[in-house]
Amino acid sequence: MSTAANDAPRSRGKAPAGERVADWADGRLGIYSLAKANMRKIFPDHWSFMLGEVCLYSFIIIILTGVYLTLFFHPSMNEVTYHGSYVPMQGQLMSEAYKSTLDISFDVRGGLLIRQIHHWAAIIFLAGMFVHMMRVFFTGAFRKPREINWLFGFLLFVLGMFTGFTGYSLPDDLLSGTGVRFTQGAILSVPIVGTYISMFLFGGEFPGTDFVARFYSIHILLLPGIMLGLVVGHLILVFYHKHTQFAGPGKTNKNVVGMPLLPVYMAKAGGFFFLVFGVIAAIAGIVSVNPIWAIGPYRPDQVSTGAQPDWYMGFAEGLVRAMPGWEINFWGHTLVLGVFVPLVIFGIFLAVIALYPFIESWVTGDKREHHILDRPRNAPTRTAFGVAWVTAYLIMLVGGGNDIVATHFHLSINAVTWFVRIGFFLGPVLAFIVTKRICLGLQRRDRDKVLHGRESGIIKRLPHGEFIEVHEPLSQDQLHTLTAHEQYQPAEIGPTVDENGVQRKVKGSEKLRAKLSEAYYGEDSQIPKPTVEEYKEITSGHGHH
Amino acid sequence: MSSQDIPEENLPAEQGGTHVPKPADDKNPFADPGLPPHEHRIQDIDERAAKRSERAVALLFTVSMLATLGFIASFVAIPHDKSIYVFPLGHINAMNFALGLTLGVALFTIGAGAVHWARTLMSDEEVADERHPIEADPETRAKVHADFKQGAKESVIGRRKLIRNTMLGALTLMPLSGVFLLRDLGPLPGTKLRHTLWSKGKLLVNMNTNEPMRPSDIGVGSLTFAKPEGLEEHDHDFQNEIAKAALMIIRLEPDSIKDKRELEWSHEGIVAYSKICTHVGCPISLYEQQTHHALCPCHQSTFDLADGARVIFGPAGHPLPQLRIGVNDEGYLEALSDFEEPVGPAFWERG
Repeated sequence: MSTAANDAPRSRGKAPAGERVADWADGRLGIYSLAKANMRKIFPDHWSFMLGEVCLYSFIIIILTGVYLTLFFHPSMNEVTYHGSYVPMQGQLMSEAYKSTLDISFDVRGGLLIRQIHHWAAIIFLAGMFVHMMRVFFTGAFRKPREINWLFGFLLFVLGMFTGFTGYSLPDDLLSGTGVRFTQGAILSVPIVGTYISMFLFGGEFPGTDFVARFYSIHILLLPGIMLGLVVGHLILVFYHKHTQFAGPGKTNKNVVGMPLLPVYMAKAGGFFFLVFGVIAAIAGIVSVNPIWAIGPYRPDQVSTGAQPDWYMGFAEGLVRAMPGWEINFWGHTLVLGVFVPLVIFGIFLAVIALYPFIESWVTGDKREHHILDRPRNAPTRTAFGVAWVTAYLIMLVGGGNDIVATHFHLSINAVTWFVRIGFFLGPVLAFIVTKRICLGLQRRDRDKVLHGRESGIIKRLPHGEFIEVHEPLSQDQLHTLTAHEQYQPAEIGPTVDENGVQRKVKGSEKLRAKLSEAYYGEDSQIPKPTVEEYKEITSGHGHH
Repeated sequence: MSSQDIPEENLPAEQGGTHVPKPADDKNPFADPGLPPHEHRIQDIDERAAKRSERAVALLFTVSMLATLGFIASFVAIPHDKSIYVFPLGHINAMNFALGLTLGVALFTIGAGAVHWARTLMSDEEVADERHPIEADPETRAKVHADFKQGAKESVIGRRKLIRNTMLGALTLMPLSGVFLLRDLGPLPGTKLRHTLWSKGKLLVNMNTNEPMRPSDIGVGSLTFAKPEGLEEHDHDFQNEIAKAALMIIRLEPDSIKDKRELEWSHEGIVAYSKICTHVGCPISLYEQQTHHALCPCHQSTFDLADGARVIFGPAGHPLPQLRIGVNDEGYLEALSDFEEPVGPAFWERG
């Protein structure tokens, strides 16, 4: 950089300060080669790509506000008598954790706002991750090379659930304490080791005097530490793989079309952080969340009606509420199926969506990289599966609030519970069938549009009296976009006789794969996209049809 | 908005041409036509429009500065316990409302300004960048594999099996110390979950009045919560003990008690059941006196208190344990023993 002096005559023969700092840093960190690859990195644009950003920004907001809250929160279960400024609680016995949460809410100026931003951001973080995950799922963005990033995201979602749970349990209020009791009851149901895990987690019998301090270190250190690592990994992989894009003119599997990071995405994404933060701050100023002062401190012999976890735990709550109370007693032992089965289903249900990318790639046998997103209609079986999964999830969410549903809509709690029990099995099946039909219908419509053009709405009368609607042919841009997707053919089981004429044993897994492949890509599962020949035959003949 | 005013030399020659459908390619009408030509925004060709955008962005940033000042003013000026009425939110804390809105506006306008700037004034020309395969080319792959083999060979780990095996053994055993370090997280369960504070002769103390009760204190159809005598709120282990000992007392007509044992363990129609739900341990607090049903508000397990607290709906797996009660010489209700079975949620060793 000896020529720097000549390049920047305006600062009296010296390079501008920013440039000199950058040079200094490059000499020690090698930032220029990093910047060369990334400063003008191209990001494609689509509204749905914003969902992941919502998650990232709410995560940052949670960390910022969380650090602030640790300055005032006392993670202790020592019993104290309240003498603070909130009159209705004065003289009450409560844990220090609860008291310090009251102090944050009533005596620390702005403390309530930060508490509410923290809680709202957590709710939005989880909701954002759920929707972002669905976006990735339905567009097939999880395919090679992004399977690992899908797992990173999935882990963030699951860890986010538990971070949220340990977080809202910290104030030791009546509502969250009830949730902790529920968790302890669920832990007890685990065969053989349940009572031991419970004793070790709570430092003895429930509630004991340890769990707030233990949950605290899990909530502010262990889980967020892991999550921060995963978030960084997630972002590095997004940069490294380069973002996916939808099919369109000029967009191929070998390029990425969009705007450069500097300046457009820097401004848009950076600005979006402030938009998200601003909206959450305003919500926190307007809408109260978790008003622990209205709930009271935890007592294991007291409870409020309408006890609900935060929304992301509602699905697990629903499983527990809907399960019949089966218990098997044998040889002096009890198998608490009524609680343990929901616990297991909870794990399996989440594992299914985590492993889906690997299942699909096994069925297709496709080892290529995919950077062009699927429109959900063009992958009917995947879309139908995803909708079925979401349906089961939502039905259990209803189940988790069966008392709220019953009281708000004046229904019988028993009827709501039975609806959930049956719906959990029937709902996904119906959703699968209906979604697949809708996808196939949309594929047919795309096919018609390509072959016959767009309905123009203009009715024309022909000389012999016939009325026809004029169809406008699509532009080549549109033709390309609607036909760019690939269609798999169902995998066949190879020849059952080898070259020597000897019968070959067909493995069970091979048969299963052929069956699944047929279900995914067979005649009933996709509408063949129009071929060039079909298009030419139709367009070469008569003009408007 | 003012396209007539745009100086002609700024107008792109080809503007508006992209909407005319191009004649389809003869060979392949579905072929990729390539990136569509860039369409100019009004700000690209009309400096006055660009100036307007500039002012809009500046205005948003200025609003943000004002909102931050508003935040500081609210923080200093508003008493932190002042409540105001805001339609339709009702009575809310004035400071929280003011801080939330000013902070929200201060942040939002920075974001809105940046996004407006990016959308109207920064270049919006789409650029294509190449992708490269994620996996390495064959030479790199071969080199890495060879390097690894060389390294492994030089370590002699494949040849010196004794080293490998003992190392694996050491690394497998080592984490055991960590497992042992976790041992003192809590005591072993033992029979802790089987016993409560109740025992023969312990008086039933009313939770509300903190007084022992006579049968005459309990009306038919009422629900009373009780604790064992001697357990006080300020006691160190109050939370742990009440989590197991909490009791609900109801009075039924002795004729309406269907379960034989329930009748035997009752006193003049007064029955005492554990208040802790056998599902996952919530305290049961809803009682329907006409049907004698008790409902847990957490997961809606319903128990028939006139029939041995049998589960009639919901996810609970077994009846609520009943406490045997009688009256002592002075006529106070007392327990005749501890619960015969563990209270609360079921567990593996329960049997």
